[in-house]
Parts: sequence; structure tokens; C-alpha cells
Amino acid sequence: MNLTLKVWRQKDARSQGRLETYQAANVLADMSFLEMLDVVNEELIAKGGEPIAFDSDCREGICGTCSMMINGIAHGGLRGTTVCQLHMRHFHDGDTIVIEPWRARAFPVIKDLVTDRGAFDRIIQAGGFVSVNTGGTPDANALPVGKTEADRAMDAAACIGCGACVAACKNASAMLFVSAKVSHLASLPQGRAERERRVLNMVRVMDESGFGNCTVTGSCEAVCPKEISLDFIAQMNREYGQAILKNSGPRQSKGGD
Amino acid sequence: MNHAPRNLFCSSVGKKYLMAGTGAAMVLFVIGHMAGNLQMFLGPEAINRYGHFLQSNVELLWPVRLSLLAIISVHIWSAAKLTQENRAARPSAYEQWQPTAASYASRTMLMSGIIVGIFIVYHLLHYTVMVKAVNFAGTDFHSLTDPEHRHDIYRMVVIGFQQPLVSLFYIVGVGLLCLHLSHGMSAMFQSLGWKNRACGPCLDRAARWGAVVIFLGYVSIPISILLRLIQ
Ligand code: FES
Repeated sequence: MNLTLKVWRQKDARSQGRLETYQAANVLADMSFLEMLDVVNEELIAKGGEPIAFDSDCREGICGTCSMMINGIAHGGLRGTTVCQLHMRHFHDGDTIVIEPWRARAFPVIKDLVTDRGAFDRIIQAGGFVSVNTGGTPDANALPVGKTEADRAMDAAACIGCGACVAACKNASAMLFVSAKVSHLASLPQGRAERERRVLNMVRVMDESGFGNCTVTGSCEAVCPKEISLDFIAQMNREYGQAILKNSGPRQSKGGD
Repeated sequence: MNHAPRNLFCSSVGKKYLMAGTGAAMVLFVIGHMAGNLQMFLGPEAINRYGHFLQSNVELLWPVRLSLLAIISVHIWSAAKLTQENRAARPSAYEQWQPTAASYASRTMLMSGIIVGIFIVYHLLHYTVMVKAVNFAGTDFHSLTDPEHRHDIYRMVVIGFQQPLVSLFYIVGVGLLCLHLSHGMSAMFQSLGWKNRACGPCLDRAARWGAVVIFLGYVSIPISILLRLIQ
């Protein structure tokens, strides 16, 4: 099939970007979206042009590196799917596809479709540590974890940190990401010791990074390639409320973050 | 050290708590106010006695009014702050954008909120302060008294809503309020952390139906007056 691509091109963080039009000819239905871009890039390079810069790593939907808005929807709108796992069979011959980077103050564009998502790393850092007792290897079931809690923690841990939630939110809010990380550890006994401090610190760094606030529109959940649930945002709000009631400070000890 | 005020007033999550808490309080007021208004259908005696009861209890009236004012102020303050932060969070807009999954009501909370705010100011000038110039009926509402020398609220409301444009503005105002509530009444549970997958869809439906009921409850009065069912 033949497609028309309108791709955001931006030289570096400081330059102005704009949409440029490219023709993608002979695209196979079995190609992934990124493979289609690879082909376009090869042609661009052959013609002496500058290839379109985009992020990717695993290309199997587990690392969260690939990230782009396709026709105004983060990751292209196929439920539970990253761009690298989105195949061209979901498009039709003659389609025009608009491709843009994530847009948020906290995710500045580095080049073309590549953004700096370091704010997520800083939020994770702010989460601090999980207490682990030293000594001999603990017995297998010394710390019982119920099935429901284990499942819940696993569901939250599925977040790959791609940033689609921020990209899709009308407020560029990172609540889904942060709440998945907060809920993951708060659901397990290992993570409970530091739960108040963790939620306060992560929310503080989230706010400082310039993300917006949650207005419960549900866009984040709809585009999340790992289908992280809005439940976790409620859980984080609950954690935060508990931390307020216990009058915890954002930093209770040196170290950790 | 007391960290709670800072966590509540300065953090994103804390401000959403304030939005939700003040919103919940106002929802209770909206429901109570509707129940009071519906006494219009019981005739002049019921509503005039009720009005007199509220007006004569100054010790109750003013604390309630002042608390409502404080609640509204916090709601508006946090809305302004949150909106400002949200706008700043995406300095450059998308060339193409599809609002995935987000309901119309959820995307227009600011606009519906602002128009409802303007409507409430008018509504207060109209029926509470009773500014003659804004009722467009040419009647001084202060001068209406019933045979028992109480303020004749019944006649005031009938005369007030017999002005079609006034009624129309009222219906639009209440309509937008209910659009606002159709999202807000379920989102507040999320903001306070009381929503989950099991009760979430039910809360969403309850909020939408609740908004419809509130809308019908309020607009039944001007519509009945315009149709001369109440006169
Ligand atoms: S490249 Fe790893 S998830 Fe797409």
C-alpha cells in the first residue's frame, strides 16, 4: 500500500519544528509501524536526506521506548499496543498519517519524534528505597503475600513507563504512571514501610517536573499499551490522603532519595 | 512540623482533594436547595413558610451562607490554580489531536463551571438580593407579602419565571450545572481515592442519572410556570 506521512521534523530542542510530508510507497501489511518508518528512512538516506529520528529499543512491546502520536492518538489507538507492535494492516492504501512526538513541558523534544523522558526517572528516584532486611536468605514464605495483592502489584508493575498517559492527557498529567509505581510498591508488604514518604516524594517531584493535574477524563487508561487502570490513580490518591492524615513530611530521612 | 497544609494546598493531589471536598459539599447544597424549591408545587403556604423559617433563623442563615461562600472560594481558587498548571504543562499544542475516551463533560469542566458561576451571581441578584432591575418584570420583589405578612416567595417565583428569557437563562444555567455534575459527582470519588473498578462504572452511571434528576427537578419549576401549571 501507499501512504502519505506528515511527520514532525525538529532539528533540536531549541529549533522550531514543523510537519513535513513524505510518501511511503510499497508498504507491506505485515510491517510494524516502526519498520515502515525504517523503510522511509532508508529512502531518505539514499536520497541524501536526514532520516526521521524516533525512539525504539526492544520492538516487542516491553520496554516503553517507542513513543509517538499517530493521527492524534498516543501509540496509534490500537488498544493495549505500543507503536512497535502496531502493524500496517490496521491502515489502508491511500491513508494520510500524521506523526508527532509526545507533547508536554516535562518531555521536551530532543529531535523530531524523540523526547526527553528523564522526568520519569527523577520521579522513580524520588520514590526512594524499599527496606530489605540483611542476614541469611529468607525462607520462601516468611512474608506471605495474598493472591489478590500479588495480582494487583503485578498489574501495576506492568507499566513500561512509555509516557503515553502524559501524551494523551489533555493536561499532560503523569498521574497514571506515578500511581502505577506508587501502587505497585504500596500493594506489597516489602514496600509498605516507606509508603507515606514514597507517595509524598513522588508526587512532589511529579509536580516540580511540570506535569499537569488529573481531571479524571480517562484518556490515559484508554491509550496505555499495558492497560494500566485508573484504579491505581484512586489508590495513589488514597495513599496520599493517608500520608496527609498521618502528617508525614515529604522527606523524613536523609538518604533514599 | 505540620506538613498537612502544604501537602493539601500546594500539591496537585491535595488540590484535587480540595476540589472534590468542596464539590461534594456544594452537591449536597444543590440537592437540598432543589428539595426546598420543589415545595412550589405544594402551593404558597408551604414555600412561604419554609422561606420564612430560613430567613428568620439568622443564627443559622448567615453561618451557612458564609460557609458556602468559603467553600465556593476554595473551589474556584483550586480550579484556577489547577487550570493554570494544566495549561503550562503543554506549552505547544498538538497539530492533530483526538480526545480518546474523555467525555464531553470532562473536557469542558472549566467552561461549564465559569458559566454556572455567572448564572449563580445573576440568580442571587434576582431572587436573594432582589435587585429590581434584573428581574425584567418591573415588580419590586421586596414589596410582595402574603396575608400572614411573610415574604411572598411563591408570587415572586411565579412573576420571576413568567419572563421567558429569565426562565431560559435559568434552564441553560441549570443544564450546564448538571453537565458539570455529571462528571464531577463521580470524579470526586476518584480524587478522594474512593473509586475502583468494581464500583466505578456504577458511580459513573449514578452521577449521570443523578445529574438528570437534578436537572428535571430544577427546571420543572420554570417550565410549569411558563405552561401556567403554577400560577
Ligand atoms: S520499542 Fe520497546 S516497547 Fe516499543
